[in-house]
Amino acid sequence: MSTRAKPAPRLPGQDADAGTWTDKARRWLLAKLPPDKLLPGDQPIYVMSWAYVFGMGAVASLVWIIASGVVLGLNGPQWYHVSPLGGFVNSSHLWSVELFFIFMVVHLWLKFWMAAWRGGRVLTWITGMLSFIVSIVAAFTGYLLQTNFDSQWIAFEAKDALNSVGVGAWFNVANLGQIFVWHITLLPLAVGAVVVLHALLVRVHGVVPPLDASEDDAQLSTNTVEVGGNPPGAGRQVAPATSLTPAEPKDAAL
Amino acid sequence: MTGKGAATSWQKRDDVAGRPWTGRVREYDLLKELTIGVVVVGLMVLGVSALFGAPDEPSVSLKSWAASAPADFVATAAKELAGTSDTAGYGPPYNSTPDASQKIGPVDLQSLPGVRLPVDTAQDFVIGPLEQLPSPPAALADWTAATEQQRSDWASAYSDALAAAPDNDPAKVADGSYGPVPALTGALADMARQGTLDGVLQGGGTFYNLDYTLSLLFLGDGSYFPGLAASQHLSGDQWGVMNETGDTPGQSWLWLFSLLYQVEPFKSSPNADALAVVTMAVLTVLLTLLSFIPGLRSIPRKLPVHRLIWKDYYRHR
Repeated sequence: MSTRAKPAPRLPGQDADAGTWTDKARRWLLAKLPPDKLLPGDQPIYVMSWAYVFGMGAVASLVWIIASGVVLGLNGPQWYHVSPLGGFVNSSHLWSVELFFIFMVVHLWLKFWMAAWRGGRVLTWITGMLSFIVSIVAAFTGYLLQTNFDSQWIAFEAKDALNSVGVGAWFNVANLGQIFVWHITLLPLAVGAVVVLHALLVRVHGVVPPLDASEDDAQLSTNTVEVGGNPPGAGRQVAPATSLTPAEPKDAAL
Repeated sequence: MTGKGAATSWQKRDDVAGRPWTGRVREYDLLKELTIGVVVVGLMVLGVSALFGAPDEPSVSLKSWAASAPADFVATAAKELAGTSDTAGYGPPYNSTPDASQKIGPVDLQSLPGVRLPVDTAQDFVIGPLEQLPSPPAALADWTAATEQQRSDWASAYSDALAAAPDNDPAKVADGSYGPVPALTGALADMARQGTLDGVLQGGGTFYNLDYTLSLLFLGDGSYFPGLAASQHLSGDQWGVMNETGDTPGQSWLWLFSLLYQVEPFKSSPNADALAVVTMAVLTVLLTLLSFIPGLRSIPRKLPVHRLIWKDYYRHR
């Protein structure tokens, strides 16, 4: 019979890298996403285009969707029919969803034209698509929860599509209890989780460089930081950016 | 391979896209940008909400149906008794009507779950609710005592006679052998007009209810409810999948799904729903996995929209 030696007791503050699952997870996370990549103080010079507004717009819209949805949910599905304030909150919920999809679809198209999956960023593209798909289902269940004529008709029509592929037996659009659970718990959690994962992957891999970027571009030959959002090349190059462009491990990509 | 095809590959290579950026950078405040985004989008949301609001067309009840279109209500109830309504012939998951399910080629996904939400249209929509009345109509006893064939003959004959009557008016139906059916459908219409049927059909006699399957199926078997939807441009052939009541935009992101219902072979296919859903599923998978598909993933290089997106970068190279 063999005996395992107990690890020596550690003092507080002493290196905790004992090879436990938690230690390994921490090392992996810090290698993939060190704090200066998670919350960067700078971005590559090409990240200065109107095209980068839409992803953030979608996230901002999601904040308003969740905020207005929480107010609506806490007051119950009938509240907005009888309260002027409820009606306004319901309108805000609707329009934040419309804006969310506008931002998201434009963001998706722009990322397509950027071929943003390049350089090991394929999971970023896939999680972006997943967030689009899950958001469509979440919005659909929201339309079913309106408890008005529109939701009645949408449920009546949509049942055929769902039943035709055998889904309607479990995802019953006429069962308000089921749809309520999907819309205020499961699907928001799914959208939130996929969007967070997508955003973290963007931070891990960085923003994809221009399609025609090459090693001898002027932007790659100097290592400086520009201040105040001036156009590239025209802005002040104030300081060597060695401290702002940390050397990243080669295996940073997933 | 270092050609242009490789430039849009998903694979991580030792090139500008695959390596961490080591060139010029610009100052960037992530949290400040997020805050500004939330404020700006919030102003847009509140402004548009105040300006346009949101539609809230009141729901239709069995009571309003029976009051507004009594002939349609009675005709639908007769079809439910005869087993000739849309719901009665729907197939899974409501009943096991032969050859009713939609198929994709030989694949019958609709039948996979079986009859998981059973609906007996005569019993659930008409007989059962009438039995809940404090004084059930005497005609119920005649119906219960009759054979299946006799019931079907009575109800079908009355359903045909209603369709032939002026204005489909039950009061103008020609004489015939309808058994207890006119009394049953008339009693159900009275029950609906009094508002009792809504509660009974939804709750099945219980206090709580969150399941509107029976009410919705019954409502949809008539022509009153679909007629209201058509007047609000919500029918399938009116791109209704992506429309909302009034002029407010609906689920416009479903435009492609809606489009499929407007074109052949989907439009006239008895399997239109199954074909549309599977087509959308395939297209969605293709878009999700686009970066793995040679040719499709090269489109961004062939149609260089990226030159507009990164025009500042390219100008200063």
